[in-house]
Amino acid sequence: MPTTRRVAAAAAGTIALAFALSSCASGGGGAEELDPNADLSEQTLTVSIWADYSPEDLAERFEEATGVKTTIVNHTTNEDIVAKLTASADPGIDVAFVSGQYAQALGEQGILAKLDKSLIPNEKNLYPEALELAYDEGNVYSEPYAWGTTGLCYRPDLTGFDPTSWNDLLNPKPELVGKTTMLSTDRWLSMPALKAEGHSINTTDDAELEDAKAQLLETKPTLLAYDDTTFYSKLVSGEAAMVEAWDGWCNYGIAEDPSIKFVVPEEGADLWVDTMTVLESSKNKEAAMAFINYILDPEVQTWVAENILYKVPNKAAMDALDPALIESYPTLGITVDELMQQETIVDLGEDSLKYVDLNAEVLATN
Amino acid sequence: MTETLQRPAPAARAGRVRLGLAPAPFLAPGMIYLIVFMAVPVGLLAFYTFFERGRFGGIVFEFTLDNWVKLFEPLYLGVILQSIALAGIVTLLALLIGYPMAYAIAGLSPKWRTVALVAVVLPFWTNFLIRTYAWILLLNNAGWVNQWLQGLGITDAPISMLYTPQAIVVGLLYMYLPLMVLPLYASLQQLDPSLREAATNLGATPWRAFRTVTFPLSLPGALTGCIFVFVPAMSNFVIPELIGGGKTIMIGNLVRDQFFEARDWPFGATLALLLTIFLVLVIVVQSAVSRRLTEGPRRG
Repeated sequence: MPTTRRVAAAAAGTIALAFALSSCASGGGGAEELDPNADLSEQTLTVSIWADYSPEDLAERFEEATGVKTTIVNHTTNEDIVAKLTASADPGIDVAFVSGQYAQALGEQGILAKLDKSLIPNEKNLYPEALELAYDEGNVYSEPYAWGTTGLCYRPDLTGFDPTSWNDLLNPKPELVGKTTMLSTDRWLSMPALKAEGHSINTTDDAELEDAKAQLLETKPTLLAYDDTTFYSKLVSGEAAMVEAWDGWCNYGIAEDPSIKFVVPEEGADLWVDTMTVLESSKNKEAAMAFINYILDPEVQTWVAENILYKVPNKAAMDALDPALIESYPTLGITVDELMQQETIVDLGEDSLKYVDLNAEVLATN
Repeated sequence: MTETLQRPAPAARAGRVRLGLAPAPFLAPGMIYLIVFMAVPVGLLAFYTFFERGRFGGIVFEFTLDNWVKLFEPLYLGVILQSIALAGIVTLLALLIGYPMAYAIAGLSPKWRTVALVAVVLPFWTNFLIRTYAWILLLNNAGWVNQWLQGLGITDAPISMLYTPQAIVVGLLYMYLPLMVLPLYASLQQLDPSLREAATNLGATPWRAFRTVTFPLSLPGALTGCIFVFVPAMSNFVIPELIGGGKTIMIGNLVRDQFFEARDWPFGATLALLLTIFLVLVIVVQSAVSRRLTEGPRRG
């Protein structure tokens, strides 16, 4: 979920929140018959996606290809869109982009429609591995849009060495004290500590979480800052020497300073996936399936990789990628095998509260 | 002659009585606006605080007092007290810096007064976030200030100025200082100069005239300024995050995180309501004190 625009989120969301009364969502989730011959030009589509995460003319291009009148709206975070989707029985959105663990949770709650694969033939373009991800095996409720991992993004000229372990961040050498940043959002705050101690990033074991918390509290005074949005510019400016970063975002730093490097620490990291889902409440499901099918077209997903510098789970699209681009942005060259060695973040149901509490305690403690 | 002298007085009195409901059309638009956009949301907040959280945000209609109990956990209590302390320090510093500024501006010739006031207000014409990022550019370890300090040989290593509680105080002070200066200036500028002259004529030293005449009369303005600074400083969350580096959080961050990270609307609502109640109380006290100051012991 690498598009956390926390500051913008705050301003935009608070107003909407006041008007949403109930979160009691209803919905079946059962497969209803879709009409493969439905006249798509009779349908309209509202798609909610993170800002700057798709081609600007996507709506027009899809409309031209299928005749579906399409509106694209933006959300700022997973929390933002999930709140919208659960606040009323019909949020007026047909297709929503959410991270994998949120697709899982929404699917379990009956908020998402099962995908009709006969209308999504382009699924064949995906890597086979992209059909077996832990949050939604068989892609029942979601198709992947982009994926990646998290690691250390660093300036070798400032660190003086190539980090290999999460401990290089968590227990930094004296000369790196005050020169590192960590992500503070959601599950990414605890991830380095859990991995460094050999725990699963999806653990719900209280003792393991206590371990992680103790490490994070020890790390806190050594940090320059917690930063979810501008960490790569702190590297570029030289304020920070090493930051915890989503691979795609590290590329935004590399774009400005090619000496910046990215490494997935040896203890491993997460595999995050941003997915496309169709709402059970949608009255335009045929058009929604057609939209997902359209996105899985190699040409469209190649655009995603080229412009937002994220890897896409689309083999045909990745194969079509310019090798020069991969040379400039090595994170695009991380292979599917390497990615599969990382741990997929899954939804933990009520236990996700444990992570909420952990974050609150680490961030609020001085 | 006597008639014309007497007439205005009863007419004015009668006029005031006859007004009755006359202000209603003038009040209505503003009142309706406030009720819809202030009273209703605050009412909703209060309502939310007594229910359980939904798994994806929102609320579940099961009555609970847990949200209020949670406020008193040391973790949250600590953040609340820390916010009060930070906002308090910022307010005090703003008063110490802002008072001489306002005093000096009030003493300027009308032409320069306008120039000075425009200069004070000028930063407000630039977006708040841009100004905050400007601080980061200036003060970071590789920033302009450190480059100059090192370039001029004043220091060898960069001085860490960002991402500390002190940096939050500096950021908040910069942001809200004009809100202290303006009401202080207004009250100082309205002071009748003849009062000060009278004090001086009666033998008071300039310091004594200031202490016994000017300063007490400017207190209502100072109190207004304090409220103008304290209230937004207390609830700011952008500066702790950007200039404080997210390491020291304030109650505003807690509220924001409950809605956007923790998906705990009821607790977020409880924190927000607490903040609102606290600030309303501060304002009530301020206006009571300042009424006493302006009206003197006649009513008190």
